[in-house]
Amino acid sequence: MEAKPESMREAIGSALCEIGDSNKNIVIVGADTTESLSLSQFGKKFPERFFNVGIAEQNMIGVSAGMALYGKTVICGTYAVFIERALDQIRNTIAYCKLDVKIIGAHTGISVGPDGGSHQAIEDIAIMRALPNMKVIVPSDSYSAKALATQAASTKGPFYIRLIRSNVPNIYSNEQIQIGKANVIKEGNDIAIIACGITVHEAIRAAKRLEAQGISARVIDCHTIKPLDEQTILAAAKDTGRIITVEDHNMYGGLGSAVAELLSRKRPTRVEMIAVKDVFGESGKDSELMAKYGISEQDIFTKAMEAMK
Amino acid sequence: MLMGESEFIKPDRKPSIEELKGIASQVREGIINELSEAKSGHVGGSLSCTDILVALYFQKMAHNPKNPKWPERDRLLLSKGHAAPALYSTLAAAGYFPKEELKTLRKINTRLQGHPDPTKLPGVEIPGGPEGIGLSEGIGMALAARIDKKSHKIFVIMGDGELDEGEVWEAAMAASKFKLDNITVIIDKNGLQQEGRTMDIMPTDSVAAKFKAFNWNVIETNGNDMSAVLAALDQASQGKGMPTAIVASTLKGKGVDFMEGKVEYHAKVLTTEAAESAIKQIKSSR
Repeated sequence: MEAKPESMREAIGSALCEIGDSNKNIVIVGADTTESLSLSQFGKKFPERFFNVGIAEQNMIGVSAGMALYGKTVICGTYAVFIERALDQIRNTIAYCKLDVKIIGAHTGISVGPDGGSHQAIEDIAIMRALPNMKVIVPSDSYSAKALATQAASTKGPFYIRLIRSNVPNIYSNEQIQIGKANVIKEGNDIAIIACGITVHEAIRAAKRLEAQGISARVIDCHTIKPLDEQTILAAAKDTGRIITVEDHNMYGGLGSAVAELLSRKRPTRVEMIAVKDVFGESGKDSELMAKYGISEQDIFTKAMEAMK
Repeated sequence: MLMGESEFIKPDRKPSIEELKGIASQVREGIINELSEAKSGHVGGSLSCTDILVALYFQKMAHNPKNPKWPERDRLLLSKGHAAPALYSTLAAAGYFPKEELKTLRKINTRLQGHPDPTKLPGVEIPGGPEGIGLSEGIGMALAARIDKKSHKIFVIMGDGELDEGEVWEAAMAASKFKLDNITVIIDKNGLQQEGRTMDIMPTDSVAAKFKAFNWNVIETNGNDMSAVLAALDQASQGKGMPTAIVASTLKGKGVDFMEGKVEYHAKVLTTEAAESAIKQIKSSR
């Protein structure tokens, strides 16, 4: 039943090529990772609107800011850990002046795998979410990545788009995906599992196992971390009274924190957070790392069973 | 008394050297008044780059104070954003906003933020604050202008202390790679930074050689001599296929003898007496 795994980066890269045809105002700035991010296909099609600044992330962000100040819509990106190197520039130009720049942070979470902990951004959601004016998007498959990136490109202002490295099967086929509107993948009224990115896949599998145990789990793909879809999350808290969040990100400042902040203000509900436990990752396969660091299907299943006791 | 009324040059005619010097003197007076009123802010580095700003806004740049967003304008990017008082005083002199507003520098609800904010004050092109970002933004604008087949020029004013930042050199490589002859960087080389002499903090004495090595058209000049600044800016437009760096030697605190070359006047709070004495000197030099 599962579709074949697809790359989010390729989906966004080809979407940008399509958008680039009709929107001549779009430009791309990269930093020597444009092949890997699949941005180079835009460069082949529109060489006059494609710029590679080399391994110089601060300059990449500064150049992107300058283009946006001039009036361009800018897509820039590299691996998320390298983007963090330019936090000052992101804060003081793009976020500060609400510039029309979409930053793609690729290779995020411990699921990045064999490159090891140095390349596994587990703090990027927290960092980006804390910046005023910055919107944060975490797609879970190539279908939603394409939809969300396309919408971001036509929505003025700064976005951080967080991508995983692994190819994953599509969850969606023709559903409506809207920035700021979480998708309920599976209905359920005993417990709600709120996930983003790669952990949505883990959550779906865990929910199926829970079903077999007679537990009806709602699975929510919270692809927009900021602005958070308060309505969908509050409804889940109201209907189930039990919330589990799961993310391939550190336990501080990410999806779990965002959900807990909301619920503590508007509908106090116990939130179990499944996340990386404030440690850096290491080399290994994505599935091995997710199991070792406690953010896999099994961890969700166990936590849900405990919560139902 | 804050800002005196003055006979600033109409934008549709080129002023003489003497007139430009007079404007620079009035801009300096404005800077002292702003900072004396604000009780904080950066005086030394504002006074050192004043002549450069005046040469650009009153002679070299195509711009329109009545329509700051005019798309065809040349752009001045103040990368050393702590010299905000100099930029504001120049913009006010050029007619971007009433000189009275200079009194609001650094105060609550002002458009004249401690470091420039383009979302608040029309005429400001880039946000200021952290050092070393302006050239990157200039490259972005220059590339965007190239895409749109526009011929306007991008000027970036940097401090020499700012050259400590690694991003400056990332950008220096990129401007050269992209052959951006529509960019001119003016380095306000006053030789001082917050904690002392640049040659002690982080030596940048071979600035010209460094930019030459990065394939830039390099011009050295005296950044406080109006004629020399204008001549250097003329030469800048002759750089074909390469960006231009004007290494402009200046005096920090220029125009006020007790501030000139004094590191403590980087951001010293001006007492009323010091401000009055400074203004007296500035006026007497006219």
